[in-house]
Amino acid sequence: MKRKEVWLGLLAAFILGIFLSPFASQSPDGLERVAGDRGFLQKEEENPAFRAPVPDYQMPGIGDRKIARALAGALGVAAALGAGYGLARALKKKD
Amino acid sequence: MHLPDGFLSAPVWTSCWGAAALGLSVCIRKTQEALQEKMVPLMGVMCAFVFAAQMLNFPILGGTSGHLLGGVLAAVLLGPCAAVIVLACVLTVQCLVFQDGGLTALGANIFNMALIGTLGGYFVFYGVYRAFGTRKGFFVAVALGAWISVVLASVACAFELGLSGTVELKRVLWVMAGVHALIGAGEALITAFVVEFVARARPDLVAGLQGKTSL
Repeated sequence: MKRKEVWLGLLAAFILGIFLSPFASQSPDGLERVAGDRGFLQKEEENPAFRAPVPDYQMPGIGDRKIARALAGALGVAAALGAGYGLARALKKKD
Repeated sequence: MHLPDGFLSAPVWTSCWGAAALGLSVCIRKTQEALQEKMVPLMGVMCAFVFAAQMLNFPILGGTSGHLLGGVLAAVLLGPCAAVIVLACVLTVQCLVFQDGGLTALGANIFNMALIGTLGGYFVFYGVYRAFGTRKGFFVAVALGAWISVVLASVACAFELGLSGTVELKRVLWVMAGVHALIGAGEALITAFVVEFVARARPDLVAGLQGKTSL
């Protein structure tokens, strides 16, 4: 039925996450920019209690920043796919 | 506009967690009621696609960048409540795996982007589409809903910063809305392009085209 669309959508997501994300703009985003301009950027918690395994979309231990970001993109797309599919599957079962 | 830890005061971020939990529980219940088998893989794919698209920062004016939120994109394709769940999923992965957005601030980020932005943008889309009632109107409604979703989320974010005492509200409200009005133009372009592409290839996969309100 919708198998083709599902695979095409996934392919698009992996291509964007792996091959395009290393070339994304590195400029501060809207909130970071406003935080800098309005002088509250330093309020960001430097040592949060929780540390994510792949901070800043850079796979640890990889020297090249673009490759590190491509790998982070692959991991993230897979994780998001698993989370979304898993959650939808769990919601469906309870019918 | 992912809030990191430290930008919000404890009363504000705990309140946001409460509001996010309440909104999510309503959306989960509504999604459960109407979730069809064919939508299960589509929700997974939408999560993956929105995550990837959010990594693609595009430059706007003055050394600032923005990226797609994807809330209205998901809402027009899957329905508003399923879209809220998709966005919450993406924000959670970004927070837990990539430190993008703080863990204490995750409730606020879900509230701003998954709930306020996605649902607010969807209601604008829905109202405009109903008012036009044409295929061309659908395209305009998608773009307008996408644009306003980013501005609404940024306004919610500004209010939280103001209430937290991080910065005076009047010093942050208009500048946040202004910057995100520009980023929202990118959101409108990308959302309209992707929705149009799907609507031409598979109109049956576009929930919003049928004017469905629930799910």
